[in-house]
Amino acid sequence: MAKVLVVTSGKGGVGKTTSTAALGAALAQRGEKVVVVDFDVGLRNLDLILGAERRVVFDLINVVQGVAKLSQALIRDKRLENLWLLPASQTRDKDALTDEGVRSIIADLRTKFDWILCDSPAGIERGATLAMRYADEAVIVTNPEVSSVRDSDRIIGMLDSKTVKAESGERVEKHVLITRYDSGRAARGEMLSIEDILEILATPLLGIIPESQDVLRASNVGSPVTLNNAASAPARAYIDAARRLMGETVEMMVPTERKGLMDRLLGRRAA
Amino acid sequence: MNAIAQPTRQLVRMRGRSYVAFVFAPVVPIVGWLEEIDATLARSPGFFAGKPVVLDLSAVDLSETAITHLVASLEQRNVRVLGIEGVDPVRLTASMPPLLTGGRSCVLMQNELKKPETKPKPTSLLLENPVRSGQSIVFTEGDVTVLGSVGSGAEIVAGGSIHIYGTLRGRAMAGVNGNSAARIYCQKIEAELLAIDGYYQTAEEIDVALRNRPAQAWLEGDVMRIAPLS
Repeated sequence: MAKVLVVTSGKGGVGKTTSTAALGAALAQRGEKVVVVDFDVGLRNLDLILGAERRVVFDLINVVQGVAKLSQALIRDKRLENLWLLPASQTRDKDALTDEGVRSIIADLRTKFDWILCDSPAGIERGATLAMRYADEAVIVTNPEVSSVRDSDRIIGMLDSKTVKAESGERVEKHVLITRYDSGRAARGEMLSIEDILEILATPLLGIIPESQDVLRASNVGSPVTLNNAASAPARAYIDAARRLMGETVEMMVPTERKGLMDRLLGRRAA
Repeated sequence: MNAIAQPTRQLVRMRGRSYVAFVFAPVVPIVGWLEEIDATLARSPGFFAGKPVVLDLSAVDLSETAITHLVASLEQRNVRVLGIEGVDPVRLTASMPPLLTGGRSCVLMQNELKKPETKPKPTSLLLENPVRSGQSIVFTEGDVTVLGSVGSGAEIVAGGSIHIYGTLRGRAMAGVNGNSAARIYCQKIEAELLAIDGYYQTAEEIDVALRNRPAQAWLEGDVMRIAPLS
């Protein structure tokens, strides 16, 4: 059964695209057939993070409007044969997306892939609502600071009301992914604690990604961090998160200040 | 003072008004038809009580005596005939109900069918899930109870009291219909704003010592009080 997973946050710059690419690559590395779909029409980035920007011919909007076939717009990753990208259009805006168009593309992708990862744009407008519209599961990317947490809370409310699943009385399965977690600042009390974030969002934790230069380095060379340096702390955290998405039970590690050593266990998972 | 009441000329105003009447169309034999009426009355006595009834005699050919008898039989059953239609005027006497013409048929609203709708409206609202940032819950009919938390940037508006069994981080506005006896209760107070019947306090004005504790807010005259719940 194909799963449609939206990576969303409300707030911009928290790491949605980075997380989509890293989780997509990690799932593909584990043998799953994955497509990552860029919903950020007009401000596309996922092609850059995946290093596929020179191979984009057709895009999501072309397929929505019937100009191109889905198979023409899908780009296969050069490193992982199980990973595909459906890029966004850079020349159009979000109004070019239609509910019916998105519905038919998602339905089509469901027949071809195990995982459909939708990279949502920031905000709560058309692009973001259509990215989550047909989702079965959601990863809410949150930074440990108040504005990001409040925006995530808002997005969770929308996932519970504006998705097809919610409207038909079902629930979108939701996971919180905490990114840019800085153990040093957390120890000094300069950031919201993991406990505070989970208490506010009342949503299960998928993983904690430490703030790291490795993420930036990977983006700059157009490679998901889980591929570029699989042994790095953020890559390991993303791989663990991907395993949890696949239903495995993996112990939750809170990144600690000493580099590469994660020794403190998070005592609980949020209810 | 001995004022003499001058006879003032009263203006007589005539107004038209229409009513919906039951139309009885008797069929022969009249005795059998009357039994049907009796059966209806046995099922629900008072079914026709106080309702205007018109006799439509176009389907039968009755003499003056027969009409008199029929009207009297109906009167015995507490059915008062307001008028008669569909009959030759020469067969009506002055003691009989008047002849009516120009009636139009309409759909009768059955009171029996309306009953399910008249269920009393619920006077409280229970929310089992957390209220998220950006959500606004408005329930002016009574109390609102939230089992989870109310997020920063969310708001609850209630005609009655507000009960929150999680953390209140957003806004809570109780007694919006002018109910000054309404209160706000929460398990943990980190509210952005509390209001009761239009009197409000913002986060800045709420005593820091109360923060993160179970608390209640109520109105004392025009002053809002907030105290920990022991």
